[in-house]
Amino acid sequence: MRRQLRGRVIREGRASGSALVSLEPIGFLGGVDAATGVVVEKGHSLEGECLAGRVLVFPRGKGSTVGSYVIYSLARNGVAPVGMILAECEPIVAIGAIMADIPMVDQVDISGIQSGDNVSIEGDVVTVG
Amino acid sequence: MPELRLTEEERATLAGDDGPGARRAMEMVVALARIYGASGLIPISSAQVAGVSYANIGEAGLEFLERWADEGARARVPALLNPAGMDLQAWEELGTPAEFAAKQQAVLRAYARLGVRPTCTCAPYLLELEVDFGEHLAWSESSAVSFVNSVVGARTNREGGPAALAAAIVGRTGNYGLHLDGNRVATEAFRAPVRLTSAAEWGALGAEVGRLSRGVPWIELEGEGADSALGMGEADRRDGLRSFGAAAAATGSVALYHFQGLTAEARAGQVVRPEVAPLVIESLVEGYARLDGEVERLDLVATGCPHASLEQVAEVARYLEGRRVKVPLWIMVGRDVAEAAKGSGLAARIEECGARLVSDTCVVVAPLRDMGIASLATDSAKAAAYLPGHQRVQVRFGDRERCLDAALRGKWE
Repeated sequence: MRRQLRGRVIREGRASGSALVSLEPIGFLGGVDAATGVVVEKGHSLEGECLAGRVLVFPRGKGSTVGSYVIYSLARNGVAPVGMILAECEPIVAIGAIMADIPMVDQVDISGIQSGDNVSIEGDVVTVG
Repeated sequence: MPELRLTEEERATLAGDDGPGARRAMEMVVALARIYGASGLIPISSAQVAGVSYANIGEAGLEFLERWADEGARARVPALLNPAGMDLQAWEELGTPAEFAAKQQAVLRAYARLGVRPTCTCAPYLLELEVDFGEHLAWSESSAVSFVNSVVGARTNREGGPAALAAAIVGRTGNYGLHLDGNRVATEAFRAPVRLTSAAEWGALGAEVGRLSRGVPWIELEGEGADSALGMGEADRRDGLRSFGAAAAATGSVALYHFQGLTAEARAGQVVRPEVAPLVIESLVEGYARLDGEVERLDLVATGCPHASLEQVAEVARYLEGRRVKVPLWIMVGRDVAEAAKGSGLAARIEECGARLVSDTCVVVAPLRDMGIASLATDSAKAAAYLPGHQRVQVRFGDRERCLDAALRGKWE
């Protein structure tokens, strides 16, 4: 069943792909391997998952501001998510998405999105299913 | 939360009318304005940009800056750089690895293309640029942000490196946070019955306030200590507050504080003591102990964090006069202060004692371990707070005279 959610544009653009959902915040510096796009934070619910080509759905970022550069590195290495959907974004992820040209919206109710759902972002509209 | 309203000109930049580089910058400024609930953007008179040392930004940072420059992004307002990872002239003598130096130079070339001046100092307010009360800025370096907000009464949030550069490129920032009167009010009070006679003591108090602070602190000294601080000369007062603010920003992200009788908005009567019970900091003994380590053998003695003023350089020269150091002694300064010290003969007097002025960099951002430095003594509470964790360097912390004595004797006593 197709559902539409509304959010707030942080980085304008269109993206679509398979959702990868984290219920926990993501820290990019130290939490994600910039060369492979794999989540390496011990005990994180996405540990071992690869972000490449997915629409990454998570509540918010955490950790060091150098995380913005890690997001940029992911894009440069071809292993970045194609889009990002957040409940509430903070500056680290926002600046990283703009540096890396990754479409991003926040203020989205992410509770109804499951990993593997087809998700698309277009402007401030998120379509699930 | 109010809706962010943009002018026609700002919307045009966001749509790409001024090119892809300016568009990317406006995207960043607008994203941050939205996140923090700003109702609009305001013009800034200058930007100060962190993220310069190759040790911090790495290959990804360098490549991003080059791409942004390729996109035609250029600063529209005076934009200044934070310290780099090396002395741009004397890097080889100081033991900076050549590979690192080549990358650091590439970072500086990219910033030059972006229109950012290679001032490479955390204290551009000393000689480089005059900042006035009430001016809006987009500055990054935590000690500089704290100084211009608190001591000068200018207004800036603590911007990340890319965000400060973005603000420089569009000449604007979101009107939120410390740009607004309501967020500059003191929210907590500290009382300290102590007498502050050296940069280290100001720093130790700052480190304690930072550690305990949860908002915008109001600080007052008591009795003799208060009289002596109020009676200080302008240069000494500013240098004391520089140490205080740098330490409070390092241990507690304090971007604005009000010091009774000493800082700009407290002096102007714009900000008053908050009506809350003050926290009392009885003495600086605990603060000192938290910053001091145990090592005796020193690879380096360093003063000038934040970068030293000309007055501070002159005090060091007077103290060392006629003696020679046994451990390398760096007096860290901006290039502007270094040139002034060369011109007046101060630099030569320092060099005669075996010490040296080190410009463009500092112990916080230089790759110390790669330069063979594993232990140092400093009178900077900021450096003492950062170095053990960030660089795995052992630290002795004490008054400047004690540090200079250690350099002269060859070890900490």
